[in-house]
Amino acid sequence: MNEILVKKNLTPVTKLIVVKNPFVAAKAEPGQFVILRVRENGERIPLTIADFDREKDTVTLVFQEVGLSTILLGKLEVGDRILNLVGPLGVPAELPDSGTVVAVGGGVGVAPILPKCKELYRRGVKVISIIGARSKDLIILEDEMRACSHELHICTDDGSRGFKGFVSDKLKELIDGGLKCDEVVAVGPIPMMRATCETTRPYGLKTWVSMNPIMVDGTGMCGACRITVGGKTKFVCVDGPMFDGHEVDWAEAWLRAGMYRDEEKVAVESCQCGGGK
Amino acid sequence: MAVKQRTPMPMQDPAERARNFSQVAMGYTEEMALAEAARCLQCRNPQCVVGCPVSVQIPRFIGLIKDKKYREAIDVIKETNSLPAVCGRVCPQESQCESKCVLLRTGQPIAIGRLERFAADWEAKNGAATPEKPASNGKKVAVVGAGPSGLTAAGDLAKLGYEVTIYESLHEPGGVLIYGIPEFRLPKEVVRREVEYVKALGVKIETDVVVGRTITIEDLFDDGFEAVYVASGAGLPMFMRIPGENLNGVYSANEWLTRINLMKAYLFPEWDTPVKRGKRVVVVGAGNVAMDAVRCALRLGAEEASIVYRRSRAEMPARAEEVENAEEEGVKFHFLTNPVEVIGDEKGWVKGLKCVKMELGEPDQSGRRRPVPIAGSEFVMDCDIVIMALGTSPNPIISQTTPGLNAHSWGGLIADEKTGRTTRERVWAGGDAVTGSATVILAMGAGKAAAKDIHEFLSGPQDKW
Ligand SMILES: Cc1cc2nc3c(=O)[nH]c(=O)nc-3n(C[C@H](O)[C@H](O)[C@H](O)COP(=O)(O)OP(=O)(O)OC[C@H]3O[C@@H](n4cnc5c(N)ncnc54)[C@H](O)[C@@H]3O)c2cc1C
Ligand code: FES
Repeated sequence: MNEILVKKNLTPVTKLIVVKNPFVAAKAEPGQFVILRVRENGERIPLTIADFDREKDTVTLVFQEVGLSTILLGKLEVGDRILNLVGPLGVPAELPDSGTVVAVGGGVGVAPILPKCKELYRRGVKVISIIGARSKDLIILEDEMRACSHELHICTDDGSRGFKGFVSDKLKELIDGGLKCDEVVAVGPIPMMRATCETTRPYGLKTWVSMNPIMVDGTGMCGACRITVGGKTKFVCVDGPMFDGHEVDWAEAWLRAGMYRDEEKVAVESCQCGGGK
Repeated sequence: MAVKQRTPMPMQDPAERARNFSQVAMGYTEEMALAEAARCLQCRNPQCVVGCPVSVQIPRFIGLIKDKKYREAIDVIKETNSLPAVCGRVCPQESQCESKCVLLRTGQPIAIGRLERFAADWEAKNGAATPEKPASNGKKVAVVGAGPSGLTAAGDLAKLGYEVTIYESLHEPGGVLIYGIPEFRLPKEVVRREVEYVKALGVKIETDVVVGRTITIEDLFDDGFEAVYVASGAGLPMFMRIPGENLNGVYSANEWLTRINLMKAYLFPEWDTPVKRGKRVVVVGAGNVAMDAVRCALRLGAEEASIVYRRSRAEMPARAEEVENAEEEGVKFHFLTNPVEVIGDEKGWVKGLKCVKMELGEPDQSGRRRPVPIAGSEFVMDCDIVIMALGTSPNPIISQTTPGLNAHSWGGLIADEKTGRTTRERVWAGGDAVTGSATVILAMGAGKAAAKDIHEFLSGPQDKW
């Protein structure tokens, strides 16, 4: 259980692992996530399920080494076990059966968008994907995305590959160029999802986002993950993680995401695990 | 003539203990236990037993302590109470067994809880008899949730020969005893001991399994389980729905306590999970949960830790002893006060709690006088952490994913009070999942009752539900 079968470096700071867990593999649907713990005194952190294989009993997780727990997770090698892994959590994404969907993935957010694109593609929905990163070395899962997209656009902030600019700028260009689509799914860092929602808002284009707040239990017990959607408090771990992006209170979500920024620094520095350089 | 005063409990000094997480009440020594046991009048018709939700044979075990027969004393308790080391520490004795003690007429009641704890701790120190794993009867029963209710049902069923598996969503078993009640009131070592005992009886505990997500109750029946006991507790925290509640620095008591107890945030950065250490902490509510939350705040270094409660002192639902302890430690109480808004600074952090003064009006449905706001009495309390301890309700994941398993609109599973049978055949439920947040002893009692009924059902013709 929870053995790491495959480990790949997607970029210098992004890793992909394939983990054996028959329970999660059997039940996982696009949009769901797991909570894991790397060591006995470790935190519980959520990671979106990037892929699953019911035959092989595996789930794929992609993460960026940004804090102590992801740094420690990145140190595990093939054959090691993740101490605790629970899931699948959250509500599966509600995906359409027809029409056209634009999938927008920013940075490590490409990973959670992949299973949705796969499922949409399988259902015969036209999938137009826009994936982006700061520069070309940080683009992840390009081949996998290409395999389940009818059109794939690549963007980099520095112009080192593809379109120069943000994924939301590319989306605007496509819409203004006459693109017809029924909905947009955007996953990535908060500023990127927010910009995407601001881009689609004037067009009244339905935009789903996948929220990734701080969590503890992941089952609705603590409320650490709460955000405001349409003026109402929602627990992302049980009501989400997918929400109508035009209804999300982004300013609040951004502030809440930074609640432990100081402590994160202390944790990385004091663990002497080679992180935080 | 019996001594009027009960033997005092040795306690850590308030000023000192308010800054550490070690146990507050240190437990009776043998001499103290003998002195206290000697006060018991050994009533012919003992009312204390009537006051105990699981009818522990109180005069009998106290008599055995008096005779220094400690092993026999703990055995008597364990006939009806499978978690004496826990109950001795956390039961509201003053409203149960001790409230019926005849000594109350002339002085203080006998300290039943303290003696129960003494017997249980004696056993832990002197080696508990390791239980024999009973022979299997080949029947599988699943239990959802490893809190006091689930552990008790599992233990009783295992003793009857069932092959029991508990599925627990967190990474550690114990329920509220592990994630909610703090170390200084209930050391985690005590809880782990109880869990080990249940395991020694042959019960399997599968952690990291959320029933309703990882597996469903339907799956459990497909896997050959013949009965399921749902003891998933009342885990969903309530909020007030006032402005500013999602500011940084506002916690539910569940999050606050889970970070501190389960995730050991008080040991950060040695342990990886952080918690904000406030200078001025306000806790809203006055139950056990609120007392635990506010006392944790002191131990994390708060300069000022206060309780805000909309009713008056007399209505506080917390155990009397914990209220006293909190007061001694320096917790401030603001009665007849109700928050109306959390005030934030420009960076989205809490900086104050706006409250309104209340007065008591006509009695409400609960028979308590209803607090009503006094117009124009708003004021702001400066603070940097606000903790909402307003109560919890059962999590709907299981009822939503189990066809035929019905719940009340407030979330509690519908179950027969005596047997625990739900609206779904072969599914029993009990503890906080049915009653909403209540007590350890009631959750345990429900587990016992359900185990008994499961056994009766599975050993009978199984044709009537
Ligand atoms: C801070 C605090 C202090 C308290 N103090 C006292 C006190 O002093 N005295 C007293 O008598 N009572 C006290 N109580 C109340 C008492 O702890 C509870 O009434 C009691 O624990 C209920 O037991 P339970 O077994 O029904 O549920 P819980 O202890 O809540 O256990 C339920 C378990 O089920 C698990 N679970 C939930 N959903 C699922 C799922 N879908 N799948 C798998 N597992 C699941 C949970 O993780 C949990 O471990 C306190 C409660 C709190 C929160
Ligand atoms: S993470 Fe605790 S409620 Fe969502």
